[in-house]
Amino acid sequence: MSAAPQASPTATKISVERLDAWYGATHAVRGVSLEIPDRAVTALIGPSGCGKSTFLRCLNRMHELLPSARAEGRVLLDGEDLLSGEVDPVDLRRRVGMVFQRPNPFPTLSIRDNVIAGFKLNGMRGGRAETVERCLRQAALWDEVKDRLGASPLSLSGGQQQRLCIARALAVEPEVLLMDEPASALDPIATARLEELIHELKERYTIVLVTHNLQQAARTSDQTAFFYMGELAEAGRTEQIFTNPRERRTEDYVTGKFG
Amino acid sequence: MAASLARLPTAAPSPRRSRRAGDRLWSVGLVAAGGAILLVAGLVILVLGRAAAPAFHALGVGRFLAGQDWDPVSGAFGALPFIYGTLVTSAVAILVALPVAVGLSLFLAEMGPPRLRPPVAFAIETLASIPSVIYGLWGLFVLVPWVRTTVEPLLGRLLGWLPLFTGPRIGLGYLSAGLILAVMILPTIAAVTQEVLRSIPPALKEGALALGATRWEMIRIAVLPTARAGILGATLLGLGRALGETMAVTMVIGNAPEIHASLFAAGYSLPAVIANEFAEATSPLHLSALAALALVLLGVTLVLNSAARVLVLLTSRRLGEAS
Ligand SMILES: Nc1ncnc2c1ncn2[C@@H]1O[C@H](COP(=O)(O)OP(=O)(O)OP(=O)(O)O)[C@@H](O)[C@H]1O
Ligand SMILES: [Mg+2]
Repeated sequence: MSAAPQASPTATKISVERLDAWYGATHAVRGVSLEIPDRAVTALIGPSGCGKSTFLRCLNRMHELLPSARAEGRVLLDGEDLLSGEVDPVDLRRRVGMVFQRPNPFPTLSIRDNVIAGFKLNGMRGGRAETVERCLRQAALWDEVKDRLGASPLSLSGGQQQRLCIARALAVEPEVLLMDEPASALDPIATARLEELIHELKERYTIVLVTHNLQQAARTSDQTAFFYMGELAEAGRTEQIFTNPRERRTEDYVTGKFG
Repeated sequence: MAASLARLPTAAPSPRRSRRAGDRLWSVGLVAAGGAILLVAGLVILVLGRAAAPAFHALGVGRFLAGQDWDPVSGAFGALPFIYGTLVTSAVAILVALPVAVGLSLFLAEMGPPRLRPPVAFAIETLASIPSVIYGLWGLFVLVPWVRTTVEPLLGRLLGWLPLFTGPRIGLGYLSAGLILAVMILPTIAAVTQEVLRSIPPALKEGALALGATRWEMIRIAVLPTARAGILGATLLGLGRALGETMAVTMVIGNAPEIHASLFAAGYSLPAVIANEFAEATSPLHLSALAALALVLLGVTLVLNSAARVLVLLTSRRLGEAS
């Protein structure tokens, strides 16, 4: 979609430089710098309240929805600073999609209309039926819903709803997909499917995944960032973080000593 | 069911049992209260029906309902002008108030600066607490002249080809009554609509925004469809108030028992004629005819209420499917 040159697997998609975020007086993210590689999965782990969601939401400026929230620092998407006044958050969110902790399909729209809701909003070209099928296939949901595309999304199971939300996010052809604990409301089987799906999606998308499930982070991600009390305690290749962490806090966390 | 549950042996200590007794007392009280309400409603209908019976007998139900003349002196009692006036003014009120109330609520809940919310909310609440006779006076002194000199000429010029906006421009009439009702029901609709908007899960709105929706697009795809049933309910509440409003309407509607296609013309409404003529009615047939009008008013309210309720149910059923 974008005219950016075909990136090599290790190219940086998002570069975060000294990011600080506040809710009113609460300093939720403290001076975090992190390189997020293109077409790879970056997992964000850390104890509850350490700022993972806040960090994630700064990447597509969803934090702005709260009047009390503000962010400082630089978040470069393909070299362009998102937090500068020049970037329109509406355009940005089309490029940086988001999947939430609880599935949130539009309850009044059919399954089909849910998938193409964003597609329609953004006035995108292309066949709608093909888009619906392509996105549902990518989200590994097509076979389960192809006979009832007109049904309410509320007739789907939680895991199916979550995959529908992923399909919906894919339909606007984002470059980056942010996922905030996408499996936390799912059972183990649905979670396994979701992990498979993440594995397939990273061929085409840059994925940032917040998770409390350390095995999930270990299984799905290429890079892992460990947050602790608003700071980025350590980031590195997933294997290294889990087998040979440099920081004591990281080791304690990944070995289950706390958190 | 409750009795068989109570007979089950339980190891529960006494606090639980006393709570269960409390529950039972509570539900008995609720049933009694609900029954009392139904009883009162039934009695009202019964009393009205008995008072109205002579008129229905003497005139015939069909002729009474469809009759277009109302002249107590010559014994002509037709209800249609009042039914028509009530429906037309309420329709004008809803058509004007609903978009304004929904727009205002959306602005307050979703778009406007949060700082603006408390003063506007306060202003809306104040509107709700003004007595209707004050609305009537304001209508006479401010609204009616304004309608006569500005609104009616404007409508006549723009939409004069519609029968709705033709004829002499006197100010007193359906249009003024409808507008004043609109102001009066605005707070009701706005207050309930805001409540409904506040209850929409933020996750739904975030879902829309995360797809690259603008504020307005978010409202269109996530907020309004979800709020539809609730807004319908709010409209219903407003409609109930508009149908029954007496004082303010009678002061500006012109009190002419006639039927006109034009909104500029003077008319009459059911509550207004009942209030105006009851004290002065001398013949028993006149009194009975007024009671019959009251029964009609009750009927109109009930029919519209149930229709709207069915609508609410249908929309919320669609929303809640399988959830
Ligand atoms: N809406 C908010 N208003 C005020 N403070 C908030 C808000 N959301 C989060 N915070 C605070 O910001 C800090 C970081 O929260 P955040 O939600 O980013 O944590 P998290 O790492 O995602 O936690 P979890 O794993 O529980 O989701 C916490 O101290 C939290 O209390
Ligand atoms: Mg979180």
